Amino acid sequence: MRWFWIDRFLEFERAKRAVAIKNISLAEDYLTDYMPGYPVYPQALVVEGLAQTGGLLAGEVNGFRERVVLAKVAKAEFHLLARPGDTLTYEAILEDVKSSGAICRGISRRGDQIQAEVELMFAHLDDRFQGVDLFEPAAFLGMLRQLGVFAVGRKADGSPLDVPPHMLQAVRG
Amino acid sequence: MPTQAEVFQKVQTALVDALAVDEADVTPEATIVGDLGAESIDFLDIVFRLEKAFGIEIPRAELFPEDILANAEYVKDGRVMASGISELKKRMPFADLSKFESNPVVQEFANQLTVNDLCRYVGGKVGAN
Repeated sequence: MRWFWIDRFLEFERAKRAVAIKNISLAEDYLTDYMPGYPVYPQALVVEGLAQTGGLLAGEVNGFRERVVLAKVAKAEFHLLARPGDTLTYEAILEDVKSSGAICRGISRRGDQIQAEVELMFAHLDDRFQGVDLFEPAAFLGMLRQLGVFAVGRKADGSPLDVPPHMLQAVRG
Repeated sequence: MPTQAEVFQKVQTALVDALAVDEADVTPEATIVGDLGAESIDFLDIVFRLEKAFGIEIPRAELFPEDILANAEYVKDGRVMASGISELKKRMPFADLSKFESNPVVQEFANQLTVNDLCRYVGGKVGAN
């Protein structure tokens, strides 16, 4: 299946902050069983969506050269249940990025209500994981484009984000 | 230059935040794994917070001497030999390895790191008095 738990980036400020939306649809398969007769959006997928928002933000800091994985959910508070027809807006704020990983705060909102708040820790896979590729380069670049990373992405000076040369090269062959 | 007390305060805060334990649990003699319940992923979190709190870099090998503990030159039948112990002492002068020395089982190594060891490590890096 397509493991996209965000639909589009609205804002993407390099190394600082990103905002993405998730539109919850009654057509999502797992809703048959969650829960029967009363579809609700699983909080675990809210965490995943916030992690995708924050993880791509963290990955872009180093031009997607580091393999970023979600390592720890330090805090997760859920204030209300989201349901089909809702649009969740995920805001990821990068608190710190180091060579070993990144820490990110995530807030999920439904309109102006805070739906959930998380604190996430990402790790950069180091040389103990040699030769492990998380994504096939062309597919990954395609995903970033579909999500609008380069359409809305901005560097600190306000200029648009570019596709990292090593990714273009991998795609062109 | 921070004092030992200031170092302890910041290390204590880092451990409270990373491990969700009470301040009262974080005593100098408490072991990070045994007493405070840290798992391997927590160590990355702890290192992160210490690096941020003290503005230092903590190379993995300084706190986690995996290269020594996995080296056939220093380890035999799951136990660290005298040569390995002396390497560990050289690599980690801040750690009190006396307990480990009396029963140097590799698997037990992580379990004997104490809050004090961390404080001494950080203190050494920031030149605490």
